[in-house]
Amino acid sequence: MRSFHRLSATAAALPEADIDTDRIIPARFIDRRPQDGLADCLFHDLRFAADGSERPEFALNRPGWRDAGILVTGPNFGCGSSREHAIFALLDWGVRVVIGPSPAEIFANNAFENGLLMVAPERAAVLELLGRLETAPATTVTVDLERQVVEWDNRSVPFAIDPRRRRCLLAGLDTLALTLAMTERITAFEAARGEA
Amino acid sequence: MPLTMFEKIWRSHRVAEEDGLALLYIDRHFLQDGPRRKFEVLEEAGVGVRRPDLTFATVDHYVATDGTPPEALPEGRRRGIADIGRDAARHGIALYGQDDPRQGIVHVVGPERGISLPGTTIVCNDSHTPTHGGVGALAFGIGSTECGHVLATQTLWMKKPRTMRVCVTGRLPEGVGAKDMALAVVGRLGAAGAAGHVVEFAGSAVAALSVEGRLTLCNLSTECGARSAMVAPDETTFAYLAGRPHTPAGLAWERAVGRWRMLPSDPGAAFDREVAIDAAEIAPTVSWGISPDQVLPISGRVPDPDMAPDEGRRTAWRRALDYMDLKPGTPLDGIPVDRVFIGSCTNGRIEDLRAAARLVAGRRAAVPAWVVPGSAAVRSEAEAEGLDRVFRDAGFEWRQPGCSMCVAQNGDLVTPGERCASTTNRNFIGRQGPGSRTHLVSPATAAAAAVTGRLTDHRRLARG
Ligand code: SF4
Repeated sequence: MRSFHRLSATAAALPEADIDTDRIIPARFIDRRPQDGLADCLFHDLRFAADGSERPEFALNRPGWRDAGILVTGPNFGCGSSREHAIFALLDWGVRVVIGPSPAEIFANNAFENGLLMVAPERAAVLELLGRLETAPATTVTVDLERQVVEWDNRSVPFAIDPRRRRCLLAGLDTLALTLAMTERITAFEAARGEA
Repeated sequence: MPLTMFEKIWRSHRVAEEDGLALLYIDRHFLQDGPRRKFEVLEEAGVGVRRPDLTFATVDHYVATDGTPPEALPEGRRRGIADIGRDAARHGIALYGQDDPRQGIVHVVGPERGISLPGTTIVCNDSHTPTHGGVGALAFGIGSTECGHVLATQTLWMKKPRTMRVCVTGRLPEGVGAKDMALAVVGRLGAAGAAGHVVEFAGSAVAALSVEGRLTLCNLSTECGARSAMVAPDETTFAYLAGRPHTPAGLAWERAVGRWRMLPSDPGAAFDREVAIDAAEIAPTVSWGISPDQVLPISGRVPDPDMAPDEGRRTAWRRALDYMDLKPGTPLDGIPVDRVFIGSCTNGRIEDLRAAARLVAGRRAAVPAWVVPGSAAVRSEAEAEGLDRVFRDAGFEWRQPGCSMCVAQNGDLVTPGERCASTTNRNFIGRQGPGSRTHLVSPATAAAAAVTGRLTDHRRLARG
């Protein structure tokens, strides 16, 4: 897994609540292999009209946000299916951090497992940031995992993250390697309980 | 200390704990014809499947429901099916392939074969895995990378969820079923209302549900963001499970039932949240928007965004009505539909097909209507009862099992702009195909919509 310490980038605002994974990447693209590239499917039906032309009003089609490295979202982002293609499409597009209050849990887990940082500061702080991006879309936002803060202008807001996850992300450590080192305990557990 | 059922299962599966995360032992792991990332994780780590005997694979998302063999499918879908076949064979995992009598939608197959049992921990790379909580299991939907972790170690790191008890007391009115209850619960809690929680459904109305009804109820818990959901196992559960291919038999069955009787939450066990719902107030329920919590009784009217309780919902409702092409104030009862879909892991079981067939018998479909059984076993059971004839005689299409139009990943699509009454669990934008408009309904309501061409209070037909 790629390690993550700190990122300063432009941030695109997607303030709507409940953006589901079908919107992040429609189901019909799930039979594509992530290694073949998924950036062109990201938010496909929001980015493009039925005739294939771009919808200029969509956040990632706005000139200043095309290479946003950060997405700032409304609550419950990534709800719906467990599809990990949503993470791969975001990463492939160039997004490394998603900021949003109370993200959907499977989405947040998938993000973590694949080195996309999902941070959830207080709702009021996210609203404030969304407001700022509305008036000043070019604002540079910094996400610092070591200090556990999101910063812009002169603002600095904290976010909580599970310590184990933070450690893994900072070190680029993969969960599976850590668990495989615990194999004896798993074997002992199986032996102790007999068969399930 | 009195414990909740969740707590009992959690404790008995905890292998280790670190930084507030538990390493949970997983009893059953279901695989589908989805992305093979899970096996790539194994390959990258250079390890095999730890417990192929606890791992079960079926094909559901990509399979054609018109009998087209996998080899004849377009590239991506053909590869999805071929991949799981190859990976299962290579690792010694049981595979229920397209022509296998055990094949079906993973959440139908697990309980139906008695693989999903009370008190077990279950995972699957699918968000509707909480369905299996209907038999009293603790089941989680997880990502494909996490599945790789489970394949390699038979364990999963998890943050302990909070608990919520949803008590539905009293009796459901005549003609109101588990799906209506489920939609009403999602409407009440909201799309993220149970986020971070494991929901235990309890109360007399839940206890009165069949196991299939409980599976439907737990299935929809995903739509209020629940991490998982469960119903305490009882005599109904034991009767349902007895004699299924994977349930223990003989003395082992007696011992298992003895253990399962200890599972229900102890009297006085504390939940982080409690919600009470009166079953008598639940009516046949339909969705009108683009989120599964946007639901109303069939007697309701399309809501007016100007009357929304807050700015957020005002915008959301506007967007929903715009997408759904509905006008505020329109009675839901009577909205014309273009097609009907009966199936999915929500409502593709035998009782669902029976409920639909009862209304369809002796009538004709007014719009294209499909019935896609949830599994090959459901399909043959229905055929043995003559339900296929009832549907076919009424002009319905009787198809092969799979996810089909629930997610439109196999090419079964609602065409752009079409309005579909669907027994599935998601009405997201484009869920049933680009531009599709979905109304989530029960099997009985779907059947009524098929024969009238409109969203309809099916109780009127049953009486008439
Ligand atoms: S039937 Fe629908 S919800 Fe169920 S597993 Fe298949 S695609 Fe998912």
